[in-house]
Amino acid sequence: MAQHPVITPLPGTFYRKATPDSPNYVEAGAEVSADTVIGLIEVMKQFSELTAGVAGRLDAFLVEDGDPVEPGQVIATLEDA
Amino acid sequence: MIKVLKPGLATSVQDLGREGYYHLGIPPSGALDQYALSAANQLVGNPANSAALECTLLGPELEFQQDALVAVCGAQMTPKVDGVDMHLDTAFEVKAGQVLRFDFPKAGARAYLAVAGGIDVPLVLGSRSTYALGALGGFQGRRLAIGDELPVGVASGKGRVGASLPMALRQSLGGEVVLRVVPGLYYERLTPAAADSFFAEAWTVGSEADRIGYRFKGGSPLSFQPREQPFGAGSDPSNIVDSCYPIGSIQVPAGLEPIVLHRDAVSGGGYAMIGTVISADLDLIGQMQPNQKARFIAVTLDEALQARRSYKKKLACLSTLFPS
Repeated sequence: MAQHPVITPLPGTFYRKATPDSPNYVEAGAEVSADTVIGLIEVMKQFSELTAGVAGRLDAFLVEDGDPVEPGQVIATLEDA
Repeated sequence: MIKVLKPGLATSVQDLGREGYYHLGIPPSGALDQYALSAANQLVGNPANSAALECTLLGPELEFQQDALVAVCGAQMTPKVDGVDMHLDTAFEVKAGQVLRFDFPKAGARAYLAVAGGIDVPLVLGSRSTYALGALGGFQGRRLAIGDELPVGVASGKGRVGASLPMALRQSLGGEVVLRVVPGLYYERLTPAAADSFFAEAWTVGSEADRIGYRFKGGSPLSFQPREQPFGAGSDPSNIVDSCYPIGSIQVPAGLEPIVLHRDAVSGGGYAMIGTVISADLDLIGQMQPNQKARFIAVTLDEALQARRSYKKKLACLSTLFPS
């Protein structure tokens, strides 16, 4: 089991859910596949989906919903399957 | 041809811009970092004004269908050819069939990809720049989309692999940026306290910042001198009777978040402009990432003109080094 960081290539604002009233895309502990959306980055009036990148179990989020993020920042860590 | 496999966040064709139509409501557009565009072009033997790709924050993925000499200047978004890192600020070759990608920006916001021969889209009102809001110029008047095939012009043959910008002519990006401002035309509408705090405090680029305007947050609200609003002006104290907006002008709707207009801005409106960022510093704004910090400092018109002369000298250095 290796740990993988999920990094954002974009700066902006990180959201864990699609709308303020939606449930979170995923919770820590969930099994994810490479293309599972784990959050959104809002920048330049556009929302870009952030995917897990590799399959595994989502270990922890290192950034809170609504936090500013910068390119290359680790958003979450996951244990590969 | 260059085929767009992935368009990136906001990639568009830009040259140095479309001057002379702002009075008709058509802004200059063109590269937000004019220096980086000029440098990338000249590294591949193009005239400084050739059309290139402005790659914002998240770069595109491009499949070359012909051999090409290219260079990337501006934001530190490392180009990769079939997965191999290439140098920034240096001309390199991409062979037909190879794929060019970009790493995330380590500093800066906009990388300029110049291709020898230029991106050969039609001239519209004298420029190949994209004005997306007006669906004008560039590639079909819009940002690049998946599947687009970009025509490349005929290379001058003057570019060569390995041509590189000397360190002294490279930009340093990132950190807190100082933006020089000539106060006016409505600076006197601010209260003295607001005029002080605007220049004293650090401001943070908002995530909405784009080619139209850069919004800054995090400073104290700015109050305006009380007055009875004149006929034709909106009711908010930040409103004026409609006026022309210079590129670089700073408006503060409701006194809350200053917006610096950039090269795709609307040409006029009803917000008081408290100052204008000088032309020599507009490139710096184009390289600011969301959440990056800036301070504004006041300069005189003479200082602004002196800065413009220095900036033009730096541009002239490029064309002396790389005659096209």
